[in-house]
Amino acid sequence: MSANEFAKQLKTRFAELLSEPVEFRGETTLVVAEAERIAEIGLFCKKELGFDYLVDVSSLDNYGTDPRWTVVYHLYGYGHHCHLRLKTDVSEEKSELPTVTSVWRTADWHEREIYDMMGIRFRGHPDLRRILMWEGYPYFPLRKDFPLAGKPTELPEVAFTKPAPLEGGPFVTIAGGNSTITREPRVRNPDPDSVDKEKK
Amino acid sequence: MQVTEIGHNSKVEGGVIHTQLDTAIGWCRKNSLWPMPMGLACCAIELMAAGASRFDISRFGSEVMRFSPRQSDVMIVAGTVTYKMATVVRRIYEQMTEPKWVIAMGACASTGGMYRSYAVLQGVDNIIPVDVYVAGCPPRPEALLDAMIKLQAQVAKEPALSLQKRVA
Repeated sequence: MSANEFAKQLKTRFAELLSEPVEFRGETTLVVAEAERIAEIGLFCKKELGFDYLVDVSSLDNYGTDPRWTVVYHLYGYGHHCHLRLKTDVSEEKSELPTVTSVWRTADWHEREIYDMMGIRFRGHPDLRRILMWEGYPYFPLRKDFPLAGKPTELPEVAFTKPAPLEGGPFVTIAGGNSTITREPRVRNPDPDSVDKEKK
Repeated sequence: MQVTEIGHNSKVEGGVIHTQLDTAIGWCRKNSLWPMPMGLACCAIELMAAGASRFDISRFGSEVMRFSPRQSDVMIVAGTVTYKMATVVRRIYEQMTEPKWVIAMGACASTGGMYRSYAVLQGVDNIIPVDVYVAGCPPRPEALLDAMIKLQAQVAKEPALSLQKRVA
């Protein structure tokens, strides 16, 4: 069976929840309308469709649009060697969705990383702590409105951070810019205002 | 106070050496610098190569890698120092007994390297005093050996008897 057939089966079971499966370059993606039911859909994928391996969970920051977050689940089945991608949107006010650790245990660290870097919380997670930064770090550094250089923090005896000097520093691309000049990687200090301006 | 390097001509002087005590201590120290391998990233692989048979750091008296800071003389910071690791590096440095030296190995340890971000300390000299910086990403073992030789030259000329105060 191909990934498309699995997607169709999933669509038949959760018709009202799912978008039509989209295939792009051999990869099949479904959008889940309601993030609250992601665990239920995940359980069906695992038990009935044989997607026994959660390859990765990642998150997107659609800064400036609503809903702000997109959480992406990459599934794989060792029995049938098919990949499937599930996407679901989460609003900034809520910033919370149910955990899938009850379905795939590997989701534990993936969800901790998303919480650490983006600040999206997973309800029912057994141990939702930061995984890369330390406990007490006050920011979520992969959000688009977080400066690339970092912000100063101080947690005496535990850790500290200082902004990195960015002059002549890393090359930054602005996705979706109108001209190639704005799109191509250049030395930039990406504060959110200038990003908005250059997009226009 | 400037201390000279030890010099000895056995044909003229026989079995007796006339020198300063500082110089004699410096001579002992420089030929037995035990490294504390602070391997944090890919530079540590080159550090291992420097310790292995092809490059053989034992030719310079530094083959005894000590993972206990109490028994080591020179900390080789090999790799990217993240902020999360920075306090640990500082703590291990403080646990080392005097006299102690530091080699910042590679671009990351020296300046933060290509990692200009929220997570990476921009040079280990922000938290501990560095004696020798080694350029490279990562530096070849020869570069580390060269740093070791330069550090030995410095150690040999340090006044060993006067009180050493090395505060970051």
